[in-house]
Amino acid sequence: VRFDSGVLLLSTHRLIWRDQKNHECCMSLPLSQVVFIEEQAAGIGKSAKIVVHLHPSSSNKEPGPFQSSKYSYIKLSFKEHGQIEFYRRLSEEMTHRRWENMPTGQTIQVNKDPQAGRIRAVGIVGIERKLEEKRKETDKNISEAFEDLSKLMEKAKEMVELSKSIANKIKEKQGDITEDETIRFKSYLLSMGIANPVTRETYGSGTQYHMQLAKQLAGILQTPLEERGGIMSLTEVYCLVNRARGLELLSPEDLVNACKMLESLKLPLRLRIFDSGVMVIELQSHNEEEMVAAALETVSEKGSLTADEFAKLVGMSVLLAKERLLLAEKMGHLCRDDSVEGLRFYPNLFLTQS
Amino acid sequence: LFQMSKQLDMFKTNLEEFASKHKQEIRKNPEFRVQFQDMCATIGVDPLASGKGFWSEMLGVGDFYYELGVQIIEVCLALKHRNGGLITLEELHQQVLKGRGKFAQDVSQDDLLRAIKKLKVLGNGFGIIPVGGTYLIQSVPAELNMDHTVVLQLAEKKGYVTVGEIRSSLKWETERAKQVLEHLLKEGMAWLDTQAAGDPQYWLPALFTELHSQEITPEEAKEAIP
Repeated sequence: VRFDSGVLLLSTHRLIWRDQKNHECCMSLPLSQVVFIEEQAAGIGKSAKIVVHLHPSSSNKEPGPFQSSKYSYIKLSFKEHGQIEFYRRLSEEMTHRRWENMPTGQTIQVNKDPQAGRIRAVGIVGIERKLEEKRKETDKNISEAFEDLSKLMEKAKEMVELSKSIANKIKEKQGDITEDETIRFKSYLLSMGIANPVTRETYGSGTQYHMQLAKQLAGILQTPLEERGGIMSLTEVYCLVNRARGLELLSPEDLVNACKMLESLKLPLRLRIFDSGVMVIELQSHNEEEMVAAALETVSEKGSLTADEFAKLVGMSVLLAKERLLLAEKMGHLCRDDSVEGLRFYPNLFLTQS
Repeated sequence: LFQMSKQLDMFKTNLEEFASKHKQEIRKNPEFRVQFQDMCATIGVDPLASGKGFWSEMLGVGDFYYELGVQIIEVCLALKHRNGGLITLEELHQQVLKGRGKFAQDVSQDDLLRAIKKLKVLGNGFGIIPVGGTYLIQSVPAELNMDHTVVLQLAEKKGYVTVGEIRSSLKWETERAKQVLEHLLKEGMAWLDTQAAGDPQYWLPALFTELHSQEITPEEAKEAIP
């Protein structure tokens, strides 16, 4: 049968199938016509199916896709998913047989309604109509929104142009602009979301906002850092801080820019970037190199360790555990054994036993 | 500069007006968000650069994406031991939606991609790799170069790849193919099936569709929360 690619709906009274591409094409089957249903499991090249066995059609049946068929059943093929759930629901409906209790007046074809003048928009047809209306309403809103958006973007574009011209002037008159003005300009750019065309590395891309943020972070992160052995990855910090905030979250860039200022503001935390690119926040009092000595002991005790094993032993995240072991290797304390089974670290006997 | 300050204030007013009328659209409509983002990109504006930007403050776009960022990180951390830090955009989408619950705003794959692009700056190795018709999201700082990416793309069709297939499709030598596959094995992104008939098969757990519907277990969820 050439009816494929559609949506199957189950109501208390009927099965409805609607073509996904051609919305006009819609079929329904009263559940009262169903004798029983069975499942056919999926196989290679075959999708899961439900076979619906039917009563012979009654004489007052509405016209359908076929006048007659030599089969007394139809097969519903679930190419993507949903067979199990649908079978369960259909079985339920078959058990309850609710269509016998409720008058079929509840599900109507609008045009043929004998109660002329009173269009009861209930049942599937009603729901579909409401959805259609809502869709039209949404479309109208969207087009208005798009218009307004375009106008807004025009104005935003002007702002971008203006900022470029200012940036150029700054470049030309290098000495003329004050520190204060630079800071203000940067904050304007930040508000608009315009990338800083003038790279003045005094505070990186930081602004007053980031300075304040840095100080806040120093306060917020002190305890969590202590609880985690003095070091946390920047992703951990991002999650921690934003979850605590709930609203007015920090963007990843905000966080990085603030952290870049930690050291220059002489705060008790600092940003550290490992060779791999992994970024962490450490307590000033934290000395990763000292931790390496402890790591070496741990590895020696066990003979050898992978990053996963070390992480579990010490109670660190795997990411940071790996960085510590890599640092130890860089410092010459550990050797690696890089095989298909993973990266394993051994105490560097070349150094100690030569 | 003074001129800019004045124009900025004017713009702020315009944006406020826009927000009062259309803030809901942005929150509820993923397609509108895409349009909005594209337009911003065209004129050179990044609405997600800072939580302190006008866009974020007044339209609330920021919070939407930054929170999504947190959820993405959590899902990736929870599933990392299963898939080595590679996950399809589809699976990520599914898991994030599950985590958000019934009443949360709708989130599209485009939304996820934008959030991930922003997360890259945190240095955790977030990357987006195009494969087949979709994307693989990398969430660990493993080095994946062009060779690795191409093999991943080859594997996407069936979920696995063999040395033989790499040689015939990509015309590489055995040694090169083996190096790439071994790297993926080491990183935990590929599993080796030596019992397959014929060439040993290198499977990518990220592509196991059967695993996709599996819930995140409580143990895994614990991993996700720092």
